[in-house]
Order: sequence, then structure tokens, then C-alpha cells
Amino acid sequence: MGILKRLFGTPATVQQLPAGTVTVDRQGQVVTSTVSSVIPVALLESVGRDVLELFREARAAQSPLAEVSLHFVSLRITARELRGGAIIFLFPQSATFTTQKTAHP
Amino acid sequence: METRHKILVLDDDADWLALCREQFSALPSHPEVLTARDAKRALALLETEKIRLLVSDLKMPRIDGLQMLAIVRRRFPATRTVVLSGMEDEEYRSRAYALGVDLFWLKTELQRNIQMFNECLESLLGQLDREGGDTGFRGVQSKSLMDIVQMECLARTSTVLRITRGPLVAKLWIQEGELIDAECEGARGEAAFGRLLAWKTGTFENLPAEPERERTIQKPVNTLLLETAQTLDETAHPSAEPDSVESNLHRQTMWKLAQLTREGADFVVVVPLAGGEPEAMGTQSVGPLADWARRAAEVARRLGERLEAGPLSHIAGQAADRQILMLVREDRAFLVGWPADALENLPEKSRKLVASWES
Repeated sequence: MGILKRLFGTPATVQQLPAGTVTVDRQGQVVTSTVSSVIPVALLESVGRDVLELFREARAAQSPLAEVSLHFVSLRITARELRGGAIIFLFPQSATFTTQKTAHP
Repeated sequence: METRHKILVLDDDADWLALCREQFSALPSHPEVLTARDAKRALALLETEKIRLLVSDLKMPRIDGLQMLAIVRRRFPATRTVVLSGMEDEEYRSRAYALGVDLFWLKTELQRNIQMFNECLESLLGQLDREGGDTGFRGVQSKSLMDIVQMECLARTSTVLRITRGPLVAKLWIQEGELIDAECEGARGEAAFGRLLAWKTGTFENLPAEPERERTIQKPVNTLLLETAQTLDETAHPSAEPDSVESNLHRQTMWKLAQLTREGADFVVVVPLAGGEPEAMGTQSVGPLADWARRAAEVARRLGERLEAGPLSHIAGQAADRQILMLVREDRAFLVGWPADALENLPEKSRKLVASWES
């Protein structure tokens, strides 16, 4: 028993993309979240810290940003600055087919 | 008895198929339109019916359009193929043409250019008549644009060459073997032709001729090709004389400034990500913006890896007085500043500007 598993290994796991809204304070600690509890809080906090860094660096560059969006192929992260912290929206992207459907009359 | 051509339309959307059937049946040659909702059914029809033209979508369940086109190209080489897709990514266009597709058309453009699309279909069906169905060669590989233009002119054809390079689109109007007009990156006529010939790669397609097109190019095509080749050679191997170097730099600066103004952008900062001097136009805050771009590229790389979110498309930022858009191309980041009230498709406009800037 288990010889097939030993031969072929366990199947690769697919990480679920986070979806929902997170608010973080100025230290990047999660204040509220609607993201599934499957996603570790530490991961959300690291996203929060990265986003706050972008706002901070933009201020340092004399070009303060009210909103920043990172568009990845499968995920969009939109963040708005919020009294030192930020509100972060995580939208998984359902690939390229929206255009195709809307093109239909 | 006159035989009607058969067109097969492959798409997983039933409403779309009904619309295509109605549309293509009304073509002047009154072709018979068959439809299939999946590749399996389409292949069965290709086996049993004498299909002259296949119009296929790209995104379909099980066998997708690109796989289907590869099969058709191998098993039914005489069948002309047209892609009618909603996928706006230029990569799909390139991949489709690499598979030997005769025409790639976006569904989103169909409504605007239905007349031209119909003419292209008629032209493809007409070609089959002239060629007897399965004669002639297709596919031009590893040929420069100069070769392609020369071939078209020597053949004394009348056509419109639509050339695509990433987000950039250019057109050449050829009438009975004479080049009569060109459009490229906002320029027209000889200037556009010169600009276009500097493109090293791209895809092209033949559209129906436009005999009514106003003539803006008076020089014979060979003279123009010779002059352009000379100019390109001088640009590639600039003379060491200070005057010439200065003049070249001045010309490049003016060109970039013209692109910036034409697109309506406020500034562009080009940042080598591995370090080095950024290049900028339209802003005084080059250093701080370059620092932000480097930091943003690093943050995006980290986030992308951690969340397994795939490659970065772009970063958009909204400030009180402007919008910024950042694209990463290999080892450089392009930060484009736009007015706060710019509402058009900024990612697409930025891509065009960057592609033009890089060329």
C-alpha cells in the first residue's frame, strides 16, 4: 500500500487566491477582514505592510498617492490610504473572458 | 450549377453562432454557413463537408481554438482559417498568425468594422476561386518589412497591409503596386513609412484595398526604401562627428516629446531596475520617482510570489493631481504620469506609449 504515492508523490497543491476586504492599521496589523479564514492572517499582514510601504515611499517621492492598484494576471490588489492605515480590496481575476462575453450583442 | 462556398463557424456561444450565421449568409457570395459549438463537432464537419473557410473562437472547453487551428492546419491545409476572438492580448494574435491563420479579428472590433470584416471574408473565399482551392503558398517567416513591401509592390497588388507590433498598429496602403499612403504612431505619409520600417518584429495581415484613399506618398517605393534604409543605417551606426551625434540626440528627444504630447501624458520615467541612471521626460522629480518605481517593482515581485498571483500586468496609482501607471518590461520599469482627469484606458495608452518609446 502506498507504493503509488511513493512512486508518483503527492499531487501539487493549488493555493487559493484571497478574495475580500482587509483593513490594516499603520503598523500593518489586520483590524478587520472579510477574507476567508483559510488564508493565514500573517499573509494578509504581509500584504498590508507592502501596501503601506508603497504609500510611504510615494510620500517620500513628493507624490503622495490616495489609491494604488497592483494588477496581476490572476489577482488585483487595490488599496486606499486610511488615516495612516489602509483598506485593501483583493479581487481574484476570472481570466480573460469577460471581454468576449461583453462583445456579444 | 454554381456551388456555394461553405463556411464553418466554431464558437461555444449559441447566440453568437446564430448571429454569425445570419451575418455570413448575407455575404455577396451567399455562402452556406455551418456551425459547431465544440471542436469535436467541427472536426466531424470538416471531415464530411468541403469547408472552404473556418471561423473559430479561441476560448472553448476541452480543445481550445489554438489547438483546433493547429489540427486544421495539419489535417486540412486547404481550408482558410479566421480567428474571431474576444482575447485582446496581442500574444494570442501573434500565436494565431504563427499557426498560419489567415486573419485575426477581435469581436470587439467587429461591430465597428463589420463591412471590412465581410470584405476580408469575401476576399479569402475569392482567393480560393482564383487559386483553384489548394494552390499557392502561405506564411512569410523571417522576412523584413522591406521584403514584404517589395513583394507586394512587385506583384502589383492592391491591398492594405495592417502591421501590428505589440499594442502598436500601422497601415500601408498599396494601390496597383504603388505605395500611396502610410500611417504609423501618429505620423502619416513618408514620415510614417520611415518610422514603420524601423520596427524589427511584428505581424501583418492583408486587408481589402481602399482605392479611394488619398495619396500622400509621391515617391516611388524603391526610392523611399533606399532613403529609409540609409536613414536607419545612419541611426544604427551614427557618425562620430559631434554635430551628427548631437543632431541624432536632438531628433530622438523631439520624437519622444512628440509621443508624450500626442498621447496626452504628463511624464515618462524609464528606470533600469538593476540600478543606473533613469531616463525621464516631463518631470523634475526623476530621482524620487525612480526610487518609488524600483521599490514598487520589488514589492510587486514579492507579493506576486507570495500570493502566487501570476505575472504583474501593471501598477496604477491615484494622486490628488495626477494618475501614474507603471509597467515593467524585462529589466526596466516605465512610470507614466497622466492628468488626474484622464479617463481613457490608461493601461492600454501607456503600453502604446512605452512600445513607441522603446522603438
